[in-house]
Parts: sequence; structure tokens; C-alpha cells
Amino acid sequence: MAQRTSPILKKLLSGTPSHLRSCLRSITYMPRPGYHAAKPVNPITGDGIPRSVTLIPGDGIGPLVTGAVEQVIKAMKAPVIFEKFDVHGNMNKIPDEVMDSIKRNKVCLKGGLITPVGGGVNSLNVMLRKELDLFVSLVNCFNLPGLPTRHDKVDIVVIRENTEGEYSGLEHEVVPGVVESLKVITKFCSERIAQYAFEYAHLNNRKTVTAVHKANIMKLADGLFLESCREIAKKYPKIKYNEIIVDNCCMQLVSKPEQFDVMVTPNLYGNLVANTAAGIAGGTGVMPGGNVGIEYAIFEQGASAGNVGKPKMVEKRKANPVALLLSSAMMLRHLELPEFADRLENAVKRVIYEGKYRTKDLGGSSTTQEVTDAVISALK
Amino acid sequence: MAFQIAKRLLRSRATNEFFTTTRNPSVGLFSSIDRNYSSSSNLIRATLFPGDGIGPEIAESVKQIFTAAEVPIEWEEHFVGTEVDPRTQSFVTWESLESVRRNKVGLKGPMATPIGKGHRSLNLTLRKELNLYANVRPCYSLPGYKTRYDDVNLVTIRENTEGEYSGLEHQVVRGVVESLKIITRQASLRVAEYAFYYAKTHGRERVSAVHKANIMQKTDGLFLKCCREVAEKYPEIKYEEVVIDNCCMMLVKNPSLFDVLVMPNLYGDIISDLCAGLIGGLGLTPSLNIGEGGIALAEAVHGSAPDIAGKNLANPTALLLSAVSMLHHLDLNEKADKIQDAVLKTIAEGEYRTGDLGGTSTTTEFTKAIIDHL
Repeated sequence: MAQRTSPILKKLLSGTPSHLRSCLRSITYMPRPGYHAAKPVNPITGDGIPRSVTLIPGDGIGPLVTGAVEQVIKAMKAPVIFEKFDVHGNMNKIPDEVMDSIKRNKVCLKGGLITPVGGGVNSLNVMLRKELDLFVSLVNCFNLPGLPTRHDKVDIVVIRENTEGEYSGLEHEVVPGVVESLKVITKFCSERIAQYAFEYAHLNNRKTVTAVHKANIMKLADGLFLESCREIAKKYPKIKYNEIIVDNCCMQLVSKPEQFDVMVTPNLYGNLVANTAAGIAGGTGVMPGGNVGIEYAIFEQGASAGNVGKPKMVEKRKANPVALLLSSAMMLRHLELPEFADRLENAVKRVIYEGKYRTKDLGGSSTTQEVTDAVISALK
Repeated sequence: MAFQIAKRLLRSRATNEFFTTTRNPSVGLFSSIDRNYSSSSNLIRATLFPGDGIGPEIAESVKQIFTAAEVPIEWEEHFVGTEVDPRTQSFVTWESLESVRRNKVGLKGPMATPIGKGHRSLNLTLRKELNLYANVRPCYSLPGYKTRYDDVNLVTIRENTEGEYSGLEHQVVRGVVESLKIITRQASLRVAEYAFYYAKTHGRERVSAVHKANIMQKTDGLFLKCCREVAEKYPEIKYEEVVIDNCCMMLVKNPSLFDVLVMPNLYGDIISDLCAGLIGGLGLTPSLNIGEGGIALAEAVHGSAPDIAGKNLANPTALLLSAVSMLHHLDLNEKADKIQDAVLKTIAEGEYRTGDLGGTSTTTEFTKAIIDHL
């Protein structure tokens, strides 16, 4: 690992235009939780110079859980400064100052933003991803030791294309009573998501990449996606590649999840598969993830279901901060502060393992603050 | 589980009496009983497509059990032809389709679509010609067959004609492909009406519409609007809306939260297969397709398993349970429940189980065990 980062850092610093491959490795590569890099010389952050990160608390349980993250980061004395901005789901667009901040800092941590159902407002989450071209949504679903679930040996990474597909937002009413929605698949986007998936698998010692599709029905659209995946698969002969139809995939996920490793999917199927995988491994309250692009990265709770939470949860302050804490560990690795990341992760895992402080979705009854305090005291 | 079945039985019997005494007009739309066949002296003709592979064996099993249970059904068997019929553009002959249209009920075994060009897939032909707009899959945990989920008891109703599976795709420029997803008011209303009718006649309490209207606002928004309109006509049934990613997560964490699910085509495909996975796979899941004019075609959704064809090893459970749901549709509820109880009891006892359930019985032994339990 150390041998790889220094030549790339040198190239970055010398200002030569870096091609896609090295960009992926140095800025957008997110190592698997638990992997400890040898401490590299760190000319980007330097020793003691704090990195600044944009923080968007969001709606619902968002402020609660981001507050938890702030407390834990402060307790660890990690060199991270948060620039907090208030964004709510019912705004028309993201305020310019927030966008400038993200473009400056290049890293952001975010709570969930409510999207009103059926309303005229476009989802702000989707808008953010499109504007910053965050084409990868990554969710790591794994069994946490000590947390009982129906399925064991789950360790799935779902890499989902984040910009096109069914979520293009191009809908129109043909005649009253007939509505059309366009699903757009392009070769460019399919290739880059496949490239990211294989690169991720390669860098994290993953053995298999599975492409999820429905090409028996949507022959041209998903067929194009599959073609792109197959082309990229040829460049990585050591990684096994297979394809599975999405309904079969869901059936296999609930019966034999251990057969899946890295899954690469278009937009909509990725949403479903990520939430299903998160559900079988312990719930969306504990799975970390993030949205990654060539230049920017936004970390948030992995799978998107329930990331805003119900009003009762907000009142009683019983939201689960584990997902966002593990995502912030991913963020710390991305900022190349692996020791802090490891400390945070071990602390969270120890709290879950001991089982005394767990929120309602994990079967306990603690509040967010109690879990946060437990994590802080478990930090060594 | 048995208590729940008894509850459903009492409720459906109560509503059944209500319907036969007041001639509710919607009954004629959805069920085939407006031909006055509910007395057991008249035989109901039903079309049977045994299918390929293990199809004929399991169809034989169904016929034996139905005869033993004295179900008033006369089977009209049709086989898939070996050459393309020009009137239907596929291997299913025109006579077969006419037979289903006439009888209004059918049972279909697994069919293998032969590879080649110049003909439509068999399932697609049946669906388009008979206008099968709703696919109903009751999913309930089989007592005695242990999976990771024990308390599943839900029904998925999926719109089967439009949505993402319209097949309208084209390449805009090289490397850019568009696919159209179409939602119409008419189709959404149709499937919503059927969903609520089903919930009412089977004593279900809640209907949940699954959607992604926060992102696909107009298309899924239209679907939801239609569901809401129909929900107002059935005030005694609770109606809720669930976003699909939430639904997936809740299904794998706690499937007992759901009762009847109604969804557009793509989500329905994925969710119904997910639910089938929860209860043990496609080899045990019944399925019923509803068409315009009260046509009902029950089918087994598993494959034709050519490797065990003819060896007397196949599991007829899926086809049997589909036939049971066909009987429910025909309002022969007593016979349906009798056969269903026999099947469940046989599987629960565990003595006679076919290979895919972990046992060593043959198809004929399994069938005989079920007949003994009747």
C-alpha cells in the first residue's frame, strides 16, 4: 500500500494531469473497514494541519447523528474541522455557499434530506449527486460481531451507478392518464462504474464482481450495461466476474447471501439490492457508505432507506448513530488518517459487541447520546 | 398458522355468503362464477397445460388429488405444439387460447421457451392474448419446512402489462440507450381494483402500495393516485404507501409487517421473487394470473427442470398450491382449503418429502400421502 501511494502523491503534487486510474486510487479509493495502511508520509495534510470537511446535518434524525459524529471526532482529537451548513429537503436547490464549500473541501459528511413524496420538488440528494458528478454509491454491508441476524457471513459491497438509469427524472404526460418515464443508460457511465467496481475489488482483495441486471427483458438498456462490464472484466483476469438477474439476485440474497462479494448495478436495482443487503446484515442503521466521484466524496448513511427517520425517533432522540460513525471512519481513511479511522471503528464495534448500548432498531433501548458516550469511552 | 388459516376460512366464508345473496356487480368482473357453477352438480371445465419437463408428472399428480377430493372440475388438456402457429405467432395454438377464453380458468405447468427466432415467448403470448393484467402470489411460510423466516403471510399483486417491461427501447446515438417506462391510469386502476377486491374476499386487512414516487414523481405518482381512489371505495381496508427501498429492508427484517402488496411491474417482479425466496424458493410458490373478463390462469413459476424429468422426483407443491388458489378464485373454498390443509400437513409431518425439500420420496409417494390426508 505504501509503495503505491507515494508515486501517485508525487504525481499529484507535480501537477501533471492524472488519468482516470491514478485519480481513482488516490482520491476516491475507499479501503475496506479494518484495513490498516502503513503510516505514509503525508504531504497533503501534513502533521497537525487540520483538514476541513463540510458538514450538512440535514432533516429528521440527521442533526442528531451528525452531532454524535462531531462529539466523537472532537473526543479523538482528529485533525478535522467541520464547516456546518443548514440544508433542508424542502429547499429548491442547494445554496451556493454550500456548493462552494464542498468544492473547496472536496469531502462532505451529510445526514439525510427528506424528499417530499409526489411533490414538485426534485430530490436534493439526487441533485447534489448529479451536480458534483458523484457517480458511485458505495454501501458496505457486513455482519457486525455480536449483533444477531438471520444471516451470517454477509460481507457484500454494493457499488451502484448514481447518476443515470431510472433516476434521470425525465418524465412527461403523453396524454391525460398516460405517463412516460425515460430510463437512460450510456456507455460512458456504465464503463466508469464498472471500472470503479473492478478497481475497488482489486485494491481491497475482493475475489468476485457480480453484475446485476434485467437484460432478458430490457435487452438494449441493460444489455449495454452488461457489455461495458464484460469489457472491463477482461482487463482484470484475476477477479472472477459473473452476472445475475435482479429478481434471482434478491431471492439468493435472502437465502444464500454468502455467495456475493462485490456487486455492481445500475441505479434502481442498486437501490433495492443495497437496502436488501443492508437489511439482512443488520439494518440500514449500521451500514456505512458514501457517494464518490472523481473529485468529490460525500459520506452518509449507506443504504438510503430510513435515513431521515420517523418524527417519534427524533423526539425521543433514539436514532442510531452507528451508520454515520462508520461512514465517518471511511471518511477519515479517505482523508488518509487511517489510525483515527481504525480507532473509531474498533470503538464502535466494541460497543456493538458488548451489547449494552444499542438503539431500538438493533434490539436495545438506548438513546443516541448514550451510544455516543459509550463509543467515546471505548476510544483508546 | 392453522389458526390463521381457520380465521381466513371463516372470514372468506362469511363474505362469500354475502356475495352470493346480494349479487355484487364487481363479482362478475373478477370471478368466473357468474355462470352459476357454484353447485357441485355442474362440472366446471378448466384448461390444463401440462408443460414441459416435469410438467406432465406434476399435472398428473394434481389431477389425481383433485379426483380424490371430488373437486367438480373437468380438465381439458392442451399441449404446446411443435411448430409455430401463424395465428398466434408462437407455439401455443389458437385452439388452446380459445379454450382458455371459453373456460375462463386454466392451470399451466412450467413451459420451456425454445430458443430461436420468429416466435414470441410462450409466457408473453399467453399474457398478451389473454390480457392477463395482474399476477397474484400468496406467500406464506410452510409449517414444518424451516427457512430463516417463519412468520411470512403476505400476498403480492403485481401489474403485469406495462411499466418498465413495455419493451420499448431504442438507441439514441451510439452508446446511449433509452428505455421507456409507461404507466397508464387505466392499467393502474385495474390492478388496484383487483387488489382491493382480493383483500376483501380473502379477509385481508391492509393493502400497501409500493412505489418510488419521491424520485419518479409523475409515473409512480399516477400509480399512487389510482390506488388512493380505489382505497376510498373500500373504507374497511387499511391502505398505506411504502417506498420500495424501505419495503425491501422491512421485508427482510420483519416480513410479518405486510399483508397485501400492490405494485407496478418491475418492483412487483423483484418483490414477488424476494418473497418467494423468503418462504423457500420458487419450487413452493403458487401464482395466479388474472385477466380481463374474469379469466384466471394459475401457473407454477418454477422451471421445467429437464434434468429430473420423467424420473418421478419432481415436487408438485407449487402446481398444487396454484391450483388451490384457482379454486379460491372459483369460490370452491371448502375444497380449496381441504386440499391446502392436506398439502401443508404432509409437508409439516416430514415423512414424505421430495428431494428439493430435503427428503427422499418420489412424486407418486408424495401424492399418495396427500390423498391419504384428505
